[in-house]
Amino acid sequence: MSFQPIKFYQTGTFTVGNRLLPDNERSVQSTVRRTNSLNSGHRACQGCGEALGARYAIDAAMEATEGQLIAANATGCLEVFSTPYPETSWQIPWIHSLFGNTAAVATGIAAAMRVKGRSEVRVVAQGGDGGTTDIGFGCLSGMFERNDDVLYICYDNGGYMNTGVQRSSATPPAARTATTAAVGPTPGNVFGQGKDLPLIAMAHGIPYVATAIVSELRDLEAKVRRAMEFRGARYLHILVPCPLGWGHDSSLTIRMARLAHETGIFPVFEAEGGEVTGVSRIRRQVPVEEYLKPQKRYAHLFSPKPREDVIRRIQEAADRNIRKYRLLEEA
Amino acid sequence: MFQIRIHGRGGQGVVTAAEMLSVAAFMEGHHAQAFPSFGSERTGAPVVAYCRIDDREIRLREPILEPDAIIIQDPTLLNQVDVFGGLRREGYILINTSRTFEALGLGEFAAQFPASHLCTVPATEIAMKHVGRPMPNAALLGGFAAVTGRITLESVFAAIREKFSQRVAEGNIAAAAESFAHARPEKEELHHAQAD
Amino acid sequence: MLKQIEGSRAVAEAVALCRPEVICAYPISPQTHIVEALGELVKGGELSSCEFINVESEFAAMSVAIGAAAAGARSYTATASQGLLFMAEAVYNAAGLGLPIVMTVANRAIGAPINIWNDHTDVMSQRDCGWILLFAETNQEALDLHIEAFRLAQALSLPVMVCMDGFILTHAYERVDMPSQEQVDAFLPPFDPRQVLDPARPVSMGAMVGPEAFMEVRYLEHVRQMRALELIPGWAEQFRDAFGRDSGGLLHAYRTEDAETIVVALGSVLGTIKDTVDEMRARGERIGVLGITCFRPWPANTVRDALAGAKRIVVVEKSIAVGLGGIVSANVRTSFAGHADTVYTVVAGLGGRSITRQSLARVFASAAAGTLPPLTFLDLDHGLVERALARERDTRHSGPVAEGLLRDVGLVAARIS
Repeated sequence: MSFQPIKFYQTGTFTVGNRLLPDNERSVQSTVRRTNSLNSGHRACQGCGEALGARYAIDAAMEATEGQLIAANATGCLEVFSTPYPETSWQIPWIHSLFGNTAAVATGIAAAMRVKGRSEVRVVAQGGDGGTTDIGFGCLSGMFERNDDVLYICYDNGGYMNTGVQRSSATPPAARTATTAAVGPTPGNVFGQGKDLPLIAMAHGIPYVATAIVSELRDLEAKVRRAMEFRGARYLHILVPCPLGWGHDSSLTIRMARLAHETGIFPVFEAEGGEVTGVSRIRRQVPVEEYLKPQKRYAHLFSPKPREDVIRRIQEAADRNIRKYRLLEEA
Repeated sequence: MFQIRIHGRGGQGVVTAAEMLSVAAFMEGHHAQAFPSFGSERTGAPVVAYCRIDDREIRLREPILEPDAIIIQDPTLLNQVDVFGGLRREGYILINTSRTFEALGLGEFAAQFPASHLCTVPATEIAMKHVGRPMPNAALLGGFAAVTGRITLESVFAAIREKFSQRVAEGNIAAAAESFAHARPEKEELHHAQAD
Repeated sequence: MLKQIEGSRAVAEAVALCRPEVICAYPISPQTHIVEALGELVKGGELSSCEFINVESEFAAMSVAIGAAAAGARSYTATASQGLLFMAEAVYNAAGLGLPIVMTVANRAIGAPINIWNDHTDVMSQRDCGWILLFAETNQEALDLHIEAFRLAQALSLPVMVCMDGFILTHAYERVDMPSQEQVDAFLPPFDPRQVLDPARPVSMGAMVGPEAFMEVRYLEHVRQMRALELIPGWAEQFRDAFGRDSGGLLHAYRTEDAETIVVALGSVLGTIKDTVDEMRARGERIGVLGITCFRPWPANTVRDALAGAKRIVVVEKSIAVGLGGIVSANVRTSFAGHADTVYTVVAGLGGRSITRQSLARVFASAAAGTLPPLTFLDLDHGLVERALARERDTRHSGPVAEGLLRDVGLVAARIS
């Protein structure tokens, strides 16, 4: 068996554990098959959840397509940290056009491949939550509606982190950003706003929609693999903690992702043809405070005066998710 | 250069009439240019379309301000739009109506023009008969061919065939032919009247 | 083959002869007939090996074209007016990435007030976007320019816009000589892009470039575009040899020899100007016309040579740089050895206002007599303007300008002549 040294900081503990498994059961990240699509040496912050998510997702897509992959990338952290002139971390054909047009650029690439009879070449589009839920939403919805053969991956860190942590329509309620300051009687982002893009994607009736977190590597990879089994528009929404924007220690990225899942704040599920077909269940529900406390963007909920009323509303939202997706029930 | 201005209402095929006229002229080896007034496209709104015919390349792009012929597809426009604006002294007037110029209240005005250049054709009725729809445009082109002699009826037929599917084309061709026949005797009678 | 067809149809058929592989369609008047016709050609199988994509906006249209071109497909779209502005970010992006996209712009005014009629303010807003800009005088030229545009685009790895006057050309039926597939194939080589996204040879396109090299990237874009000035004249000759007619090139000069007054213009108004010039020549006046076919890159030296003998230049342009005056004339001034004061700007035809021989002859005569102001608005209704200005003087709450003007005109809706 050939041997490839894997840098521990790139892949987490799960990878190492996986190496005890038979080859065919291993995650892509733990095998020599992985392509290092987003290679080391890029300039993401320490503990960047997006870099991790992109690396897992694109390597899995590369494996699923046997290396026949082209990526379109929205403007944002991922684009900036991966391709500072004159370097690029991308080991695959990759294009960055604009902030708001990535889904359309991917449509164009897919059309080119189709017309050239190269249907084995698959297309991934990727962007952050701002590029997906806000400025790129029109193009994304168009791509969904036409059912173009593109897997769109949203790396959701809940805000415009690249421009200095401003609110997006994926910023959670009460979170402090540069444009939802932690001042006044209702500090942080307001309740009752924002978009649930996975549900919107499902409403388009596209073949496959899934959510994932960077703490569940095997699940994330499995969803990419599953997505690649379909032709047509597919959507994968990955929650990627951002130490800078969330204000947590960079060593806590994986834990924050896991807590987002275990509190019910971020339901992890998949859907085919607009119907939920599977959920990642929670062994024990964690109170939302455990998720909120390590993040400075929620610091105003705990001091100087505890805001139990606000925390309760967040807890209620998490409880609703748990009920709605049956996250606690036995399979 | 011979310039035609066509007045009608949205939905009456005014623009198509100008286009067919240009195609008919083209088929006879002329240069021709047809263009709409580019205005409102709403059904029922006043619409103007233009056609220029010449034996050399037509470069002019201004609207037709001094037409040699005017086709009025809808007589209700007479009191609404200055349909005769700029018409040359030797100009032609073709109106879609079953009434006469006198009955339309145009007797005095029409007297300024050569009688043989004036013609009314009940094109809507003719179209209803042959096409089954109140679409007077093709029928009026038959009348135009008869009155002006600028294009032949055969070229009008060919233009209709180019523009419409075969079934619709046949009806319109019949309508154009009947209008042509309708306009011819009228014209001949007028000739006689003048001779008298 | 001679045909009497609508300009939009002629362009669509010509585009189809260029074997595009991806066409993005979004409706906006007066461009719509072009993509409608192309859609029909694709769906009917006459244009095979082509993806026709109905997108959700002009921004998406250009973006799909960007993706397709980057992945190695010959890509085409068409737009106008608000659509061009809506895709502006992607328009610049296509040029910056060096993607050989061809786009028809059926020139139309820009709102507010909303106006669907012809002028050049749409394309002039994008004049410095890095695309090659070609202007058609007739439908024949519009058709021919597309064939040349596809060749230029792929030779230089730059996008090309072919501008044709909305409605005036797009909706006009006139005679065109449609080339055969064999003729076009002989003139336009198969698509062979300079850069392509391919798993076999991965590249990163659109990487961020900082101060250390951004200037160089822009410089190279400029150099590539200026290369067009060398290629276009030769290709115009090749085109004449292959197709038997003059189309394209950098400029068209008409009766400029010994002309004291030279009128400069772009697009279909050149025809009306030529007729006017013929009439004035017949009266013994020494006047000629210079039509600019290639507006970007700006053929400075060629324009300078063409204007060298003139005493005065009258630029008739369908656009305005609000707060400055002429756009084309500002370009012309850089290429006229005479005094800048002898380059007159005549803003004409905004929002579809008819440009007549009579009005043109009046301003040309006025220029020759030395009485033309430096900036003239052709056939401006001064009374209407005065009333609006008076209203604004009289009351703070004079209301929307467009509504006030229309009430003064006594029309419920705008109408031409």
